[in-house]
Amino acid sequence: MAKHATPLLDQLESGPWPSFVSDLKQEAASRAKNPNNVEFQVNQDCVEDILGVLELSYKHGRTHWKHGGIVGVFGYGGGVIGRYCDQPEMFPGVAHFHTMRINQPGGKYYTTEFLKKLCDLWEFRGSGVTNMHGSTGDIIFIGTSTPQLEEIFYELTHNFNQDLGGSGSNLRTPSDCVGSSRCEYACYDTQAICYALTQEYQDELHRPAFPYKFKFKFDGCPNCCVASIARSDLSFVGTWKDDIKIDQEAVAGYVGGEFAPNAGAHSGRDWGKFDIQKEVVGLCPTGCMKYEDGKLAINNKECTRCMHCINVMPRALHIGDDRGLSMLAGAKAPILDGAQMGSLLVPFIKAEEPYDEIKEIIEAVWDWWMEEGKNRERLGELIKRQGFQKLLEATNIKPVPQHVQEPRHNPYIFWKEEEVEGGWQRDINEFRKYHQR
Amino acid sequence: MPTVEFGGKSFTVDEDGFIDDYTNWSEEWVQYVKKEEGIDELNEEHKKVVSVLREYYEKNGIAPMVRVLSKVTGFKLKHIYELFPSGPGKGACKMAGLPKPTGCV
Ligand code: HEM
Ligand code: HEM
Ligand code: SF4
Ligand code: SF4
Repeated sequence: MAKHATPLLDQLESGPWPSFVSDLKQEAASRAKNPNNVEFQVNQDCVEDILGVLELSYKHGRTHWKHGGIVGVFGYGGGVIGRYCDQPEMFPGVAHFHTMRINQPGGKYYTTEFLKKLCDLWEFRGSGVTNMHGSTGDIIFIGTSTPQLEEIFYELTHNFNQDLGGSGSNLRTPSDCVGSSRCEYACYDTQAICYALTQEYQDELHRPAFPYKFKFKFDGCPNCCVASIARSDLSFVGTWKDDIKIDQEAVAGYVGGEFAPNAGAHSGRDWGKFDIQKEVVGLCPTGCMKYEDGKLAINNKECTRCMHCINVMPRALHIGDDRGLSMLAGAKAPILDGAQMGSLLVPFIKAEEPYDEIKEIIEAVWDWWMEEGKNRERLGELIKRQGFQKLLEATNIKPVPQHVQEPRHNPYIFWKEEEVEGGWQRDINEFRKYHQR
Repeated sequence: MPTVEFGGKSFTVDEDGFIDDYTNWSEEWVQYVKKEEGIDELNEEHKKVVSVLREYYEKNGIAPMVRVLSKVTGFKLKHIYELFPSGPGKGACKMAGLPKPTGCV
């Protein structure tokens, strides 16, 4: 018998999609039964109380968590999101309900052995409820009490060789697309650099030293499967510099219907016979492709590497061999001054270990932003406030046409004094000699 | 809100052990937080961080940014963590009697 009646939540058990309510009820029942005789370190019916407090919020249309919460482990300034219920008498199981961020592996590949160990730990010292994964990438342990934090941290670091993720005004947990582990579009090893930079900047991740939060994300190509361009202050997007590789035989295979376009992604509907002219050549954003006499040609000088043709004919068209990545800066959600996506900062840079060139740019961006950034000002907002020009100066990057989608249309142009002959020191009397009042 | 007794004084605190009111700060409060925050021995450097935080808060009505705290005290962030293992927010601001840090922590 459930501890709290949940008529509203019960409705979410119907329908075909996996129901989080059914899953929570299952965990609640398993904790009640406790077949493995776990000595639960937090309230045994905490999952019942999650359902209870959530049902109350459904009824009221309001949250029942108190504001904020500052808890953590010694040595770190982040990693744990403290949280307390505002109805602790009614729901003692969630009076403390802190969330722990656990740094996930690259591409989120796991062994069952590792996951089972994590689950055993979390069942013992937490609620048993998780989020796989938080939007930034972390494994999320949802719900435990303050005294358990150091215990869990000890266990993670000593027995799992596993650290916490980031939170607060610091470098948050970097994340990546699966990259070359299982994608033929990957222009660099996203997991390798994500791992290397996560390790390199552990200090920046665990001890908030920034004006505000800062995120890295690594996409192997412009398809952006980890959405770096929208969700990271510095976004790394793979690309290539030489020619797209064309396998004319495979092109013929697509035209002849032997291979399904887009690897069969649209097979749920009859779109007619594949028409290379209409579906590829005619959709190329720069119009740099040609299909004549059964041969496909690309004027690579005019190709913007949008991925469209490669996405449609993955067996026939392949990324080039001269590979690297572009770096974009400043993406953020709307608060405070409006949403931003990343703006192109470095058009092309090699992504080779030990990534020294890339680190140099990252650290130059940080030096500038840590010095100039206002309290709770994201990089994107600093770029708006001080200007993209300042970002270029800070990173020692020469302005190039690729830095803009279009040039400015207003004439409010600043000049540096040294660029202007004679400078700014002018004498009005000198002027009056030629111009009477 | 719970209360804690320490050194013959009583303090009202929230769940995270932050004092309810800046003006209720006292030497006993410092001693209490020292125990809570895993600090063995209070030295001049701890006191300097606490007094800088209090002066800044009194003047500006907010806690200083980490960078400002480092600049004014001359202590690198690493050293601030050596002094206050939970860091400048949870450790030092708590000891200085400042309000609990807020935002997307
Ligand atoms: C304290 C007095 C004044 C102030 C603070 C002031 C301020 C301004 C400002 C800020 C602008 C916009 C400039 C820009 O967008 O670049 C402007 C435009 C203009 N002002 Fe004034 N103004 C003042 C007096 C006057 C007077 C007395 C006149 C006419 C007799 C005048 C005529 C104009 C005109 C015609 C424009 C439009 C110019 C254009 O758009 O090309 N202003 N003023
Ligand atoms: C009381 C008289 C006048 C006032 C208040 C006035 C005001 C202004 C203002 C505010 C502007 C805009 C400046 C800017 O946007 O930077 C302007 C531009 C201009 N004015 Fe006048 N003006 C006056 C008389 C005249 C006269 C008598 C002439 C010509 C003989 C003249 C020719 C121009 C021209 C050509 C511009 C455009 C400049 C440009 O595009 O950079 N104005 N004026
Ligand atoms: S972003 Fe590109 S390389 Fe990475 S998984 Fe997606 S398609 Fe593949
Ligand atoms: S990648 Fe895009 S721009 Fe380049 S040839 Fe293919 S469709 Fe055209």
